[in-house]
Amino acid sequence: MASGHMSVEEVKKHTRIYWVIFSSLLLLTGVTVGISYIHLPFTYAVILALVVASTKASLVALYFMHLISEKAVIYFTLALTAFFFVFLIIIPWFIPWDFATH
Amino acid sequence: MSVQIPYIDEPHPVTGVTNAKLGVWLFLASEVMLFGALFSALITLRLGVNDWPHGYDILNVPLATLNTVVLIFSSVTVVMAWASLKMQNLSRFRTYMVLTILCSFIFLAVKAVEYGHKFEHGISPATSNFYAIYFVITGLHGLHIIGGIIVNAYLLGPGSRMWKTQPERFTGRIECAGLYWHFVDLVWIFLFPILYLL
Repeated sequence: MASGHMSVEEVKKHTRIYWVIFSSLLLLTGVTVGISYIHLPFTYAVILALVVASTKASLVALYFMHLISEKAVIYFTLALTAFFFVFLIIIPWFIPWDFATH
Repeated sequence: MSVQIPYIDEPHPVTGVTNAKLGVWLFLASEVMLFGALFSALITLRLGVNDWPHGYDILNVPLATLNTVVLIFSSVTVVMAWASLKMQNLSRFRTYMVLTILCSFIFLAVKAVEYGHKFEHGISPATSNFYAIYFVITGLHGLHIIGGIIVNAYLLGPGSRMWKTQPERFTGRIECAGLYWHFVDLVWIFLFPILYLL
């Protein structure tokens, strides 16, 4: 059910969930900072940091932004955005870095 | 003659959401691409050199952690402000909105302290590629915080008069403002580990 049509009872139920999500986000922030003190090899550190950040972002998007119960048109918009976003992030890996030496 | 924009407080029969909400999601999609381009620039700069500084060596991690907590808390308060309106409680909405705006100012104040320390030591965007991208991304994010403060302050102040005449529409506006605010939080959730902890 989209957020605009929630009943008062449903909203009350959701308010409890919001505080649970808040606690989870605080916990995951602690995990993120804790990982940085371990000084893992760079690749592992990046993967772990992105996994935790993505988990936090998913919690915010699903529960605070109500994407867990949104309409298809919103999902379609976001899927298209995600496709182009991934494309943007992949581009740097295809830059021939040795061009400066030629 | 005034023209009424259709489907701003009731769902459009085709999309199932209000035009206002769809508009905000499309705006956020463009924002994803804006920050995506900057993240792409960051990766490009990082891959192009062998010696890239660790954020935790040269940036203030405790202050950034504090800002993360502040921003996460403000995300809860803004969604609680919306939930309060859904429960017909305007005074509680005001309390949560004041808390949201307060958190925004705390975030900016902490950021100002962080920037101040850097400038005191003669560090600026011209210092290195790392600082160039650091100042650009965090500066743009800071501008988004200021934008959020302006919108939220308007909805808390003069904008809240709409509650008396069109409560559904006003609740929709708070939901849209909240979506924007959560996006600002989302950007920081990724910025924090990428800039400060790697």
